[in-house]
Amino acid sequence: MKNPLNRRNFLRLTTGLGLAVGLDYLTPAHSQPMKGQKAVQDNSKYSDVIDLTIQETSVKIGGRKATGITVNNTIPAPLIRLKEGQTAKINVTNNLNQDTSIHWHGIILPSKMDGVPGVSFAGIKPGQTFTYEFPVIQNGTYWYHSHSGLQEQRGHFGAMIIDPIEPEPFEYDKDYVVILSDWTYEDPHDVLSNLKKMSAYYNNQRRTIEHLSDDSMWREMRMDPTDIADVTGATYSYLMNGLVPETNWTGIFKPGEKVRLRFINAAAMTFFDVRIPGLRMTVVQADGQNIQPVTVDEFRIGVSETYDVIVQPRKEEAYTIFAETMDRSGYARGTLAISKGMSAPIPKLRERPVRSMKDMGMNHDMSGMNNNSTMNHDSSGHNDHGSMNHDASENMDHTTMEHDMFNDEAVMNDSNDFGVGNAGVPMMVQSRLNEPGIGLENTGTRILVYSDLRNIIPGYDQRKPDREIELHLTGNMERYMWSFNGKKYSEEKEITFYKGERLRLTFINQTMMEHPIHLHGMWMELDNGAGQYKPRKHTVIVKPAEKMSVEVNVDVTGKWPLHCHLLYHMKVGMFRTVAIADRPVEAS
Amino acid sequence: MNSKIIIYSSFLTGFLSLINIPIVQSETTQHLEIFKLKETITNNNQDIFTQDFDDDFVANENFNQEFAQQEYEVPDTNEENEENWPSPIEDDEIFWLLLVDRLEYRASDGKDLFYWDVQGWVGGDYERIWLKTEGEVAFAEKESGDAEIQLLYGYLIAPFWDLQVGLRYDREYGPDDDKGRVFAVIGVEGLAPNLFEVDTALFISENGDISARLEVEQELLVTQKLILQPRFEINLAAQEVENFGIGSGVNDIEFGLRLRYEINRNHAPYLGINWIRLVGRTSDFSREEGESVDNFSVVGGIRLLF
Ligand SMILES: [Cu+2]
Repeated sequence: MKNPLNRRNFLRLTTGLGLAVGLDYLTPAHSQPMKGQKAVQDNSKYSDVIDLTIQETSVKIGGRKATGITVNNTIPAPLIRLKEGQTAKINVTNNLNQDTSIHWHGIILPSKMDGVPGVSFAGIKPGQTFTYEFPVIQNGTYWYHSHSGLQEQRGHFGAMIIDPIEPEPFEYDKDYVVILSDWTYEDPHDVLSNLKKMSAYYNNQRRTIEHLSDDSMWREMRMDPTDIADVTGATYSYLMNGLVPETNWTGIFKPGEKVRLRFINAAAMTFFDVRIPGLRMTVVQADGQNIQPVTVDEFRIGVSETYDVIVQPRKEEAYTIFAETMDRSGYARGTLAISKGMSAPIPKLRERPVRSMKDMGMNHDMSGMNNNSTMNHDSSGHNDHGSMNHDASENMDHTTMEHDMFNDEAVMNDSNDFGVGNAGVPMMVQSRLNEPGIGLENTGTRILVYSDLRNIIPGYDQRKPDREIELHLTGNMERYMWSFNGKKYSEEKEITFYKGERLRLTFINQTMMEHPIHLHGMWMELDNGAGQYKPRKHTVIVKPAEKMSVEVNVDVTGKWPLHCHLLYHMKVGMFRTVAIADRPVEAS
Repeated sequence: MNSKIIIYSSFLTGFLSLINIPIVQSETTQHLEIFKLKETITNNNQDIFTQDFDDDFVANENFNQEFAQQEYEVPDTNEENEENWPSPIEDDEIFWLLLVDRLEYRASDGKDLFYWDVQGWVGGDYERIWLKTEGEVAFAEKESGDAEIQLLYGYLIAPFWDLQVGLRYDREYGPDDDKGRVFAVIGVEGLAPNLFEVDTALFISENGDISARLEVEQELLVTQKLILQPRFEINLAAQEVENFGIGSGVNDIEFGLRLRYEINRNHAPYLGINWIRLVGRTSDFSREEGESVDNFSVVGGIRLLF
């Protein structure tokens, strides 16, 4: 095994990561909890060159030995801290015996630096060093991960923090990165094989004969209402900053301090519901972008999303950072405390939710199933409509609202033939942006919803989109097939965007599961009723039976992936490349 | 490469000075200034943050974006032909399954026997090669039994249905005679509404005899680990084949009920009952052989998933 930490690299690395990060990252995560770095440190440095080495390393996760794919010998990979305005130059050396890559998630950069083998470049061959070089033109919380095979599931991911040039519109005293992930001791490929053999392989929370009559509708449709997550706590350990709940990652604060927590969901397959009992969280960034602050009790973070929150614990005690999985089969946990070794009670896992008929695009009233007229009057849809638009127009001027194509009426799902790759098409589709999501509907607490997200400044391009592309999220759970428009990547590879256009991209989820859809290279401005203040996201969760639109400024060149960020969904075909082409003469 | 960086750095420096922000020198380290803002966090969503940014910001961002798209020189090692690049994902991988659905000992009044039913496939999302085998060995005075094996090609014709065509070979053996025959098979296997697992096929023997089989089973969860599996099977024939003891019409019906305990998904021992009733001419043939036509047995076995 080559030693990546020779003296020269060592020096570069410590410089590269900044003194704020220090040596903690150079030891495997299990032995050394990640130290938070103070937000503001006069002697922080940003290096010109960062060296990363990827290799298989024996690691201990939760006291058990395993082999992971590490970057500079740690899981998670070292935190990379950059400054907006600098040029990032990152040498990545592959010491694996297979190809690897690093994709800078959410970073706007030239397509060749995006790091997706087969789309941006050839990949990094064993023994090869690839130099990533790109100008850093944004700031915020991001992350990076392998885009090769299933390497991400084996630990190949890390945080990337970019400090802004302009002062941030909020203040805080402490700054901690909280990376959530899921770890399995199984070979990730075996996990996929098991799902192919039996799609409910990891679901140990199925409904029993006790509910036989309640489930008659689901059984009739050959579906499982407990199908919340494909891969669960049956095989996963859930980690916070690479540590199992028992190890209890701890962030230290002094009472009254404002603590910024940068949550990154680097899991392969897991959505987390994050709360800190006893503290309210003020969400200030979503996907690295400043948003108008929203104070909540809990938020759901989809795979590959990031949320920055600020909390201000005033008491001299410990607070549990509790990240419960969406299917309630496990949790990641850490603590905010005034000193190491403290802990607060760990909440009980809540009961796993059950899919409702709404997830199939049907009225809650099951008798409505064969009756289209009752379908159209889905009462929840109308409530949504009222509250959303009202809420949005309070702060926005009304003229912009008129231009907003935002609409959340449930509409008949008229496109429903996607061949054998899609099973169980919803009857109606509608916006669900103001819903907190399955399992969070009736908590009695304030949950972050997508319609809360509002950019702090108007988007720089307020053109109305002149073209719309509909993309259907499709799947056949029985065979564990996932695709777009019923076609997996190998059957239909490319979508064309036109250079310079403002495009409306509409996702229609034809499946019963949430999919975090990620577009590389360009921001997606979520059409959530915020008018000019649409939030910019790199990943959007599309709920079952949801129709959601984003607007994209096609101001880039090259080729970019668009895919579901559930690792195994992507792997089996829920993936497209976006080619940026010149607009055809007729179309302009 | 180096000259590119220099050109780029000077471009960046120029660009940054243009928009009046502190210059970040790419060749040296940069000290962070201390960020403090008047505003603290507000919990109501007033537009207080929008005032700090004017049109300049908007313009800059646009420029930023274009700036970011400057192409970088990619090291020579990567300047291969794009056609040689690997696929970003491999979504047409081959998977396989081997399910030993029933591997059991059947105890009944007459004779005890050992029975197996194994299914496997290898292939992709749409096309799969299937192997199915079932059979029994009877432990009477002299060992006897029968076995069948099917090799099929399956194609996904509907979201829940696989069309299967191929060959079946049957072998009957015993102390007195040993005989076999070959069939062409066409069938469908899949999941019917209400979660009935259905496997049905039509068989045409080498002599042109036509027969059919329907198998239906369900899985009912008593608990997460305790699973009840009711099962029904019926065999039919279009004509009599005396040599194999088969009458025309319904040959036999079979009911089974098995309760398995999943130690894990891959290993599940079970106990159950099984009842086979031969019907019509088939039962007559059986009687002539001196065998029972109504067979109730208690079964115990294991289900294995590989
Ligand atoms: Cu997906």
